[in-house]
Amino acid sequence: MGKKIFFISRRMLLFVAGALGMLLLVLFFNATGIFTDYIVQIINISLINVILAVSLNLINGFTGQFSIGHMGFAAVGAYTSATVTTLIAKVTPRLPYTEFININGYIVFILALLLGGIVAAGIGFLIGFPSLRLKGDYLAIITLGFGEIIRTIFNNIDYVGGPRGLLGIPKFSNLIMIFVITLLSVIAIRNLVFSTHGRALLSIRENELASELVGVNTVRYKITAFTIGAFFAGIAGGLQAHLLQIAHPTQYGFLYSILVLIMVYAGGMGSITGSIIAAFALTFLSEGLRTALPGLGDLMHVKIGDEWRMVVYSLLLIIIMLFRTEVLMGMREMKLLVPEEEEHHGQHA
Amino acid sequence: MKKKFIAVLLTVLSVSLILAGCSQKTTEIKIGGVGPVSGEAATFGQSTKEGYELAVEEWNKAGGLLGNQIKLIFQDDKGDPTEAATVWTKLISQDKVVAIVGTVMSKCSLAGAPISQANKVPMISPTSTNPKVTEVGEFIFRACFIDPFQGTVGAKFAYENLNARTAACIFDVGNDYTKGLSEFFRDKFIELGGEIVAFEAHATGATDFKAQLTKIIAAKPDVIYISDYYNDVALIAKQARELGYTGPLVGGDGWDSPDLVKIGGKAVENGYFTNHFSKDDPSPQVQEFVRKYEAKFGKTPDALAALAYDAMVIMLDAIKRAGSTDPEKIRAALAATNIQVVSGMISFDKNRNPIKSAVIIAIKDGQQVYQTTVNP
Amino acid sequence: MSTFFQQLLNGIQLGSIYALIALGYTMVYGIVRLINFAHGDFFMIGAYAAYGLYYALGRLFGAGNPGANYLVLFLLVLGGAMLAGGFAAVTANRVAYKPLRDKPRLSSLITAIGVSMFIEYFFSALPAIGPSFRGFPEVFPKTIIKIGTASVSNYVIIDVAVAATLMVVLTLLVKFSKVGKAMRAVSQDKEAAKLMGINIETIIGVTFLIGGAFAGVAGLLSGLTYPRIFPYMGILPGLKAFIAAVLGGIGNIPGAMLGSYIMGIAETYANAANSLIGEGIAFAILIVVLLIRPQGILGEKTADKI
Repeated sequence: MGKKIFFISRRMLLFVAGALGMLLLVLFFNATGIFTDYIVQIINISLINVILAVSLNLINGFTGQFSIGHMGFAAVGAYTSATVTTLIAKVTPRLPYTEFININGYIVFILALLLGGIVAAGIGFLIGFPSLRLKGDYLAIITLGFGEIIRTIFNNIDYVGGPRGLLGIPKFSNLIMIFVITLLSVIAIRNLVFSTHGRALLSIRENELASELVGVNTVRYKITAFTIGAFFAGIAGGLQAHLLQIAHPTQYGFLYSILVLIMVYAGGMGSITGSIIAAFALTFLSEGLRTALPGLGDLMHVKIGDEWRMVVYSLLLIIIMLFRTEVLMGMREMKLLVPEEEEHHGQHA
Repeated sequence: MKKKFIAVLLTVLSVSLILAGCSQKTTEIKIGGVGPVSGEAATFGQSTKEGYELAVEEWNKAGGLLGNQIKLIFQDDKGDPTEAATVWTKLISQDKVVAIVGTVMSKCSLAGAPISQANKVPMISPTSTNPKVTEVGEFIFRACFIDPFQGTVGAKFAYENLNARTAACIFDVGNDYTKGLSEFFRDKFIELGGEIVAFEAHATGATDFKAQLTKIIAAKPDVIYISDYYNDVALIAKQARELGYTGPLVGGDGWDSPDLVKIGGKAVENGYFTNHFSKDDPSPQVQEFVRKYEAKFGKTPDALAALAYDAMVIMLDAIKRAGSTDPEKIRAALAATNIQVVSGMISFDKNRNPIKSAVIIAIKDGQQVYQTTVNP
Repeated sequence: MSTFFQQLLNGIQLGSIYALIALGYTMVYGIVRLINFAHGDFFMIGAYAAYGLYYALGRLFGAGNPGANYLVLFLLVLGGAMLAGGFAAVTANRVAYKPLRDKPRLSSLITAIGVSMFIEYFFSALPAIGPSFRGFPEVFPKTIIKIGTASVSNYVIIDVAVAATLMVVLTLLVKFSKVGKAMRAVSQDKEAAKLMGINIETIIGVTFLIGGAFAGVAGLLSGLTYPRIFPYMGILPGLKAFIAAVLGGIGNIPGAMLGSYIMGIAETYANAANSLIGEGIAFAILIVVLLIRPQGILGEKTADKI
């Protein structure tokens, strides 16, 4: 298998340095009060959305499958990791709830996150099998049905709160935590995509039959895409649960999967950069309208209530799709995410 | 690269807009209000928003609070915990509100409460019934009953007043409020010596309940306990009557809306529900509230509007008694609340849940008729 | 056992509403290959149009009073619902889908989601409509028909009759009319159809018109059967109808009907068996069926193009 999956290059180092620089900048702005906690919170949510969008992009964008139940994986990751951390927080009698958030706690948290990701990956592995038989819209329905089944299951497990939600989750997720994990996730998926394995995924998207004929094990690669995509969705779900301190079945419904799907498509199928930008842009847009609309109303001397926020949001979405049909990034990547040796081959797709 | 530029521009624009929102005047006392005014719970959020607005308007007309005008900053949480957490952070860190009144759904209040608690910003939820909400900390209060109380009162009423010996429950499987009510009804009814012959759930947003109702009716209950909101109750009642059920229906405060009878028509006759207040109540608080609400919004208030109004009044009253916007003082004043509001005489127990009585209301000839008052 | 027959009737009632939506869904998909997420919202628009028209007519002619001609009233309201649904669909097609016709299918899909969100939030924000639940009038008197121990309302019989009629009409239309032939031609090969002198955009417009009108009918009948309307009422039935259409073999008209009744009846029995997980059971059935027959029950297996 030609190139190794995990390679470190000068560009990658530059990318990491740039990302960490941005993190420091945000932390600095937050400390000096230029960025309120509100903005940090939006960044947190954007980052989690980045993981969700990039991991769905791996399944939908790079491998050409059609999954619309992505939040189902997030639910599995969230519930698994949060059950572990809340349980350990409870049975550690010496440590009151808030004091549990210490170094040991963080080790538990990281392990719990990984466990959540692994369990989600296991489910993703299972969901990958229908993709061998089903294509396009039919596969979409299967993934959707699966997402709804997951929700029904969590609604009926009283141990995790049923429709009350899983409560009292320790707040482990913070900006640094989320940022580092998002960065690692993005790098991992980027490295996968630019490896030989990534080429195989792309070949399935472009022409499944042809890629099989040239010897790509499409069965293995499709299931791999689902498994890895689900793993990262599970991680994102875990991060989100430990940020909001609640995991509720309704958070993982069809509508949220659709929102992630929009981020992937608006950013560009098969562009990691696009997914990152779209996740940030759409999250900030929905929050920005909260402030912008009443301001706009003041200018025009009319009262524009919060109920119009989503009207404008959906309208902007339509307009973006109509006038930016090539979507944000098409299949391009920012230079820092493309390995040096790739560049000479031009477009990687 | 033009597209990338536009995306970056969009983000920068949003950030600057958000930052621009920071400019503030100090002559106002800012109160955050939260409710879902978009999404599937929008109609509940609308009533809630109107309740807040009415209370703030009244207080401002009467001279404001601590010599300042009150500014209500209302935010939409879409019925989504993620949005609720963001909204709470915004109200606290950006708008620098003194207190937050919100929100409707327990799952959203539960996402907001830890943020309120950590930042020591007093919060009162008008309608989140999940007992866990106020357990988050000493800054979190609520204006409504918690699940156990209403379910218990409903069961006692069904057993003692309606002489029911067998009962069936139907509830929304995805909604903790309706599930909680039904569970506590079941437990109390069995404790009283009755028998639960069917305990059925339905999916959130379902319109067809006939599968469950057929099963319920085949079990021949003396009474059906419907713990849903009015819109589902109306449909369930209609379908139950269509299937031939003629007995009484019992439910909780989710029934209280003029739309119950509008949608349910004759089917909701012989229905009884537990509520916070009766519109027939001659007390000036109730009559004033109903009159003013009708004048301002052109419709009869539902339970959500009344509780939102109450929650806002309780908060404003506490700030007034605290004599300052110091969070610790407001918290102490809230805990010492003893005030007559629309839903009765309110004081808080040690878990910051209101101690108040429930009334039972019957539906007769399309009207809500006061039956009896039940004390906790 | 005594409830078995009643549950079957319940399932048929539910299936009929799914069928009414699924027919339009599957037809649009068959021609344009677009999962039109906004279809459930055309359904909602139809219901609101019927609601508004009913009360407007009532104000004009005193309809709804005993003695008014129910059939005329029903037909008028039906026409209004069809027009509104059809108009909404044609508008959505012209404004949002047509400019994206030559772009990847997924762009249209996202746009369709955007259109769906827009319609819902817009109706909910509009003061004249608002987010509140409204009761739906009984356009003509409801009677309960007893069959042994089971009971069924005359509305359900109308639902089944209308769904069956629409299915037959649609099948005949697509199979034998000139427009129908053009539709099939467009669905099979757009370029070839164009070369044969077919105006593709007109045909697609007509498809949306019919599909939207069908959604409008479904909105009216759903309003009658389950008399509660609100701006988000289209989401769940739209989703279920889409699933039903896929189950039956998407693009296949009798398949949509069959899939809908299977969904309705399966859901009913699943809820009767265990209402806590009834919804989950219904989805599980769907997954199993699709795994056994990936092209849907009546769908045709298409070979991969190389």
